[in-house]
Amino acid sequence: MQQLTEIRWHARAGQGAVTAAKLVAETALELDQYIQAMPEYGPERMGAPIQAFTRLSEDPIEIHCNIEDPNVVVILDETLIAIVDVTRGLVDGGAIIVNTCSPPAVVRRALGLGEGVRVACVDASGIANEALKRDMPNTPMIGALVKVTGVFELEAVIAHLTKTFGKKFSQEVVDANIAAVTRAYEEVQVA
Amino acid sequence: MATQKTLAATGNVLVAEAMRQCAPDVMAAYPITPQTTIVEEFAKFVAQGRVHTEYVTVESEHSAMSACVGASAAGARVMTATSSQGLALMWEELHIASGMRLPIVMANANRALSAPINIHCDHSDVMGARDTGWIILFAETAQEAYDNTIMSVRIAEHPDVLLPVMTTLDGFITTHSIDRAQVMDDETVAAFVGDYHPDLALLDDTKPPVSHGNFAGLGGPYFEFKKAQRNAIDRSAAVIKSVGEEWSAICERPFGVIEGWGMEDAELAIVAIGSTAGNARHVARELRAQGVRVGVLKVRVFRPFPFAEIADALGGCKAVAVLDRSESFGAEGGPLFLEVRSALYDRAERPAIVDYIYGLGGADVKLELMRRVFSDLSDIADGAEVPGRLVYLGAR
Repeated sequence: MQQLTEIRWHARAGQGAVTAAKLVAETALELDQYIQAMPEYGPERMGAPIQAFTRLSEDPIEIHCNIEDPNVVVILDETLIAIVDVTRGLVDGGAIIVNTCSPPAVVRRALGLGEGVRVACVDASGIANEALKRDMPNTPMIGALVKVTGVFELEAVIAHLTKTFGKKFSQEVVDANIAAVTRAYEEVQVA
Repeated sequence: MATQKTLAATGNVLVAEAMRQCAPDVMAAYPITPQTTIVEEFAKFVAQGRVHTEYVTVESEHSAMSACVGASAAGARVMTATSSQGLALMWEELHIASGMRLPIVMANANRALSAPINIHCDHSDVMGARDTGWIILFAETAQEAYDNTIMSVRIAEHPDVLLPVMTTLDGFITTHSIDRAQVMDDETVAAFVGDYHPDLALLDDTKPPVSHGNFAGLGGPYFEFKKAQRNAIDRSAAVIKSVGEEWSAICERPFGVIEGWGMEDAELAIVAIGSTAGNARHVARELRAQGVRVGVLKVRVFRPFPFAEIADALGGCKAVAVLDRSESFGAEGGPLFLEVRSALYDRAERPAIVDYIYGLGGADVKLELMRRVFSDLSDIADGAEVPGRLVYLGAR
């Protein structure tokens, strides 16, 4: 892993991006990394475009601002591509992960991205609808993120979900989330 | 033995945890964004029986501080928290708390003042209270907000001090971001802060009765009370240092009244308070790696202002930028700039100095802005003119 990984999440309020940003950070903390997770606070309206941020590092993180030049962009709602500059600042060698049924080549063209950036696609909403019985794409997108970036192992996410979701939700919900994360990890396509 | 637990938490959660560990007798508070989760968490601790505090829900911040003043005069250990308009509404009680020498500890989530309305970070609220006689600490991180809260109790209640302490953290940036932090075990914190035994409590009927806040009009001791307050806040400087050293020995984190990075041989330096100090340091590391002699000076204690330490730290620089996250409209610069420049006045060798007003109303403190400041400083050190008396950094 490189020294500082900066992940920017684009979603609509209510899709669980803030929770996802936090879950990734907490998982990294359990692996003794330094972390930050925060949403960009604005008017809170269900369905409005929002951003959230996660920073991961082997060293203490001193920066306290939004992520302008992310290594990774995660998009929980593909309709945002047309209305938000989701690729802004995405670094060369970085990756963008989109919740979509379209293949990476189509998304790459739609975003006008060069070969320096990896494009990954996963039908996180489809997976969520089947596993969780509702369109909550946040946990599947973590599965895809882990596969694409290798920030940590899938097992670390599953262990953390088991621990934290286990306190709040039924075993059925925990299992469904783990299934969703695992499926997205397996099904994500990268190009 | 002191044991620390590493966790991921927001600044507000950590401040609430520190308050629980310090076990105040009374908390009177009114919620306001972005302070709300502090009092919310604390109320939960009270409801769960995890802290035995009389939690007074009030109808305004004016009442919150009034209740704190009454409870503290009665002899209780008292805490509260506020932000922005809430702090502004406490204005008259802030002076009463310090004038009555009441060691109240208050967290402030630093936020802009209206108008226009804005809920995000700047230091206008705290800086508006800088002359109210409170000791004022600024945290850079959630960790520091936790530590400062614990140390505040010891500083406030120290017999040489007996003054209220405002322990501040940047709204949203620090209050709401999840960060890695270490939390001390309850017993160690309890032993560190100790019990509070005031000498002059209204409700202590084992001693001769006293009264607080009496009339001290023309010919009365008002003037001498103020002199005593000045002496007390001056004395607090040594207490803040020793309490910092003592807590540092337990938790193994440093707590200087100022914290320099690269200042030993820096030619160009940024002076900052709060979370921005980290942004400046991050960029300073990049520039150092390229061989540029830059430094960052963080000011953790704003009242009492560490004049001598700051003058010593900046004395060898060629050019210094002061970052102010609040205005002092009509003054020669922002509040921090005025102090820093004043600190340098008595020195024979003075660096060129420029003030940057930045980040008002939560305007994002991008690293690019920090790079621009160091670049300006480099030009100034090379003989370029100082760009006006103050610069609105990043304003459109």
